[in-house]
Amino acid sequence: MTTENTPVSTDSTPFVGNTRKVSQHVNQNEGLIFEKSSPGKKAYRLAPLDVPEVDAAKLLGAAVRTDLGALPEVSEIEIIRHFTRLSTWNYAIDLGMYPLGSCTMKYNPRVNEAVARLEGLADAHPYQPEVLSQGAMRILLQLQQCLTEITGMDAITLQPAAGAHGEFTGILLARAYHESKGNPRKKIFIPDSAHGTNPATAAICGYQVENLKSNAQGMVDVAQLEKMVCDDTAALMLTNPSTIGVFESEIHKIANILHAKGALLYMDGANMNALVGKTRPGDFGVDVMHLNLHKTFSTPHGGGGPGSGPVVCKKILEPFLPVPVVVENSNGTLHFEYNRSQSVGRVRAFYGNFGMFVRALAYILANGPDGLRQTTEDAVLNANYIRKNLEDVYDLPYTTPTLHEVVFSDRRQARNGVKTGDIAKRLIDYGFHPYTVSFPMIVPGALMIEPTESESKEELDLFIDAMRQIAREAEENPSLILNAPHSTRISRLDEVGAARRPVLRWKPEALEMA
Amino acid sequence: MLQAIGLGSIDELFSTIPAEYRLEHDLKIPCAMSEQEILAHFHAAADRNANGYASFLGAGVYRHYRPVVIDAMVQRGEFLTSYTPYQAEITQGTLQAIFEFQTMICELTGMDIANASMYDGSTGAAEAMMMAVRVTGRDHVLVAKTVHPEYREVMATYAQHQGLTKQVVGYGEDGRIDRQKLEAAITEQTACVLIQLPNFFGTIEDVEAIAALAHAKGALLIVSIAEALSLGIVKPPVEADIVSLEAQSFGVAPSFGGPYCGVIACKEKFLRQMPGRLAGATKDKDGRRGFVLTLSTREQHIRREKATSNICTNQALVALMTCIYITIYGKQGLKELAEQNLAKAHYAAHALAVVPGSKLLFTAAPRFNEFVLQSTETPHQMHHRLLGQKIIGGVSLAKWYPELGNATLWCATEMNTREQIDGAARVLAQKEIPMLTHV
Repeated sequence: MTTENTPVSTDSTPFVGNTRKVSQHVNQNEGLIFEKSSPGKKAYRLAPLDVPEVDAAKLLGAAVRTDLGALPEVSEIEIIRHFTRLSTWNYAIDLGMYPLGSCTMKYNPRVNEAVARLEGLADAHPYQPEVLSQGAMRILLQLQQCLTEITGMDAITLQPAAGAHGEFTGILLARAYHESKGNPRKKIFIPDSAHGTNPATAAICGYQVENLKSNAQGMVDVAQLEKMVCDDTAALMLTNPSTIGVFESEIHKIANILHAKGALLYMDGANMNALVGKTRPGDFGVDVMHLNLHKTFSTPHGGGGPGSGPVVCKKILEPFLPVPVVVENSNGTLHFEYNRSQSVGRVRAFYGNFGMFVRALAYILANGPDGLRQTTEDAVLNANYIRKNLEDVYDLPYTTPTLHEVVFSDRRQARNGVKTGDIAKRLIDYGFHPYTVSFPMIVPGALMIEPTESESKEELDLFIDAMRQIAREAEENPSLILNAPHSTRISRLDEVGAARRPVLRWKPEALEMA
Repeated sequence: MLQAIGLGSIDELFSTIPAEYRLEHDLKIPCAMSEQEILAHFHAAADRNANGYASFLGAGVYRHYRPVVIDAMVQRGEFLTSYTPYQAEITQGTLQAIFEFQTMICELTGMDIANASMYDGSTGAAEAMMMAVRVTGRDHVLVAKTVHPEYREVMATYAQHQGLTKQVVGYGEDGRIDRQKLEAAITEQTACVLIQLPNFFGTIEDVEAIAALAHAKGALLIVSIAEALSLGIVKPPVEADIVSLEAQSFGVAPSFGGPYCGVIACKEKFLRQMPGRLAGATKDKDGRRGFVLTLSTREQHIRREKATSNICTNQALVALMTCIYITIYGKQGLKELAEQNLAKAHYAAHALAVVPGSKLLFTAAPRFNEFVLQSTETPHQMHHRLLGQKIIGGVSLAKWYPELGNATLWCATEMNTREQIDGAARVLAQKEIPMLTHV
């Protein structure tokens, strides 16, 4: 990768990179929907009422509502324009590479959306008779079979609504397992490189968190672990590959150490996109893990949800799965089994985020075994291509070979006062969403980059070019970066002020708020 | 690209995975399909579900008309394929929509603040319960038996390792929480009383009276709302301290149980104990109005094991659906639509109750769009005959409320025509027709 097309700075003007991926264009201003409202405007027409009208005040008595407050009154074209205008202020995978490490921002296939909206699936009520739900239940079962095969595990629940919810469910399973042996145990070990949800989950499940320091390679310090594990250890929550993208090559030894003391190995499946089709957690000693359908299996992030966090486990944990469980009858029909005496209970009403199951299954079917393997290979190849092309300009604190993501630090740029958060903001001017900033915490000033398999070499080259130019700007023109982004509608919002004087809703009298 | 990296083969990229754990065979999953085959696969599945049936199902999931504008907007890639809006400069669209959503939820529920959404109503109720425990420093929780049974199960799952004790308070003749029993059960250790509005039987609890009982002992009142459209015509629970709303009714497809959109709203003084994401207004460096995720010091990525919740995502895209839905119907439309629901359910309740052998329960309390019917025949027999006429009757309550005998919970919305309601009543009246033996 070179930057030969970029203008070379002269002595008089400091270097400004060439943001060749993007041009600025006009976008529409738009107020809050409440500010467009005026009485009497409407965007709906109800079908005529075909039963006698009722007197609400008479039927409801004191419980009747007379005023709905400041809800908007606008026309349909205003609604379309409002939300279309808002949408144009967002960055999205559909606009370009979204290299958020650990978030796996891959392409969200549109066929997923089409099948999830088929009438017989979208309109299916969770309490419609099982005899009229066989298609939906078959989808649950088929996805379950695919996910247990992909992870090399024995049993599964699809009920958790997101990754953190899956963690909660997985640790509940571990706890129920230990309780069935007579002692729930006290501690969960969590490496210092872990996602913040891990310790938060352990706490909700009634466990003490014991932090595990990473070794010089950013991996689990196996000797240390061996010393710490005792009869009070319930489980280790491990992300593999780790948050620096490194496969824990001593994973089975880790599992053995835990198992020798009766403890379990929980795997955070956030980075499963590095493993699918190449290796299986169930084969390397994992007892229980969650998956993120919105990461590995292409369901859309939607601006922060809905997600879906299935939990897969070994046979020993199966009795504790949340109810209900889909079971196949001898005649080939399916039913929900509720009567499971050792179950941890429900973690969510109904059966989970079914709409996400449809999308994830469509993704698996579109790829097949070959496609899934190649997806993983491409994701790892893309990450290593970025690493190779940036490691001479950004500090690489851990030189261990990495899989699907790479973590740099801002150590070199920080000498000029440019921090990871600043580089991230400048990347916006180059037409990219920033990488993950300041995570994992074991890398001070981290830049965590995960390109996924979706990016072409052309897009990767543009990204590398942008990052290299920013590195040069950091050397020659740091103030340019410190004031970035320069091309967005608004820049560097006052987050401190937002937290100090929270304004969390619009009020009529606050019109002059801005 | 391999060459650029200096490797000879793809396999070298995976050399850190010990050889004995490398998968040497194909995953045993179906072979890759074309788009055409994928569509055919799911069409076949969809065809094996209920199609062309009139449905009277509610019980936490409501069938309402979804204006086409919703999907036209939420399928825009800029909303669909965007991430959680951490980078405010390039996610103002999502952030402003969340801010609008939070405002609408406040207006509808009568609360001061609302979060950016929770997974769903059941987990929202559980999170609201834990929030009340943090606020009060007490560990006893009272839940009405008239709260959705599956919500109660989820609350029990969450409560079990928090050192909380949970007690269920029964209902009276009118299908509402037994206020005498409630009063007796509230103590100085009660963190909260959690009720549902309208409750699981469709009847409307007396929020003001229950709030007085809770507050007299320093406990919080949490109101869980499963049928959000009721807020168009039913007085909002302004006396509550926390409201946990399931907003599925606002333009979200039933989709066999999810994804939906929970949301927690509360009085301003409880802000610091609120779980989940919050969008707030602020200014940028040039003084222009903008929005950011705020007060994140409550959250897991900062607080880790001391966070208010382990929740990480919200249901942003589903919250956007509900935001668009509320905008489409607006101040006037939600009221008119809720009135239609009231009228349909009123008509249906009477049409079904006049059938010999049928009886409407809990008539002493007001209802919204659901009602409980008690019959001489079992729900199984009744459903069998109704399905023969392509009608899905009310949900059987036998599993959760065996004391009610042959009881079914019916829901009538704007989606139910008079013809469907009359059809169901006709089937119920024709008990002499012999049961079909071939299934």
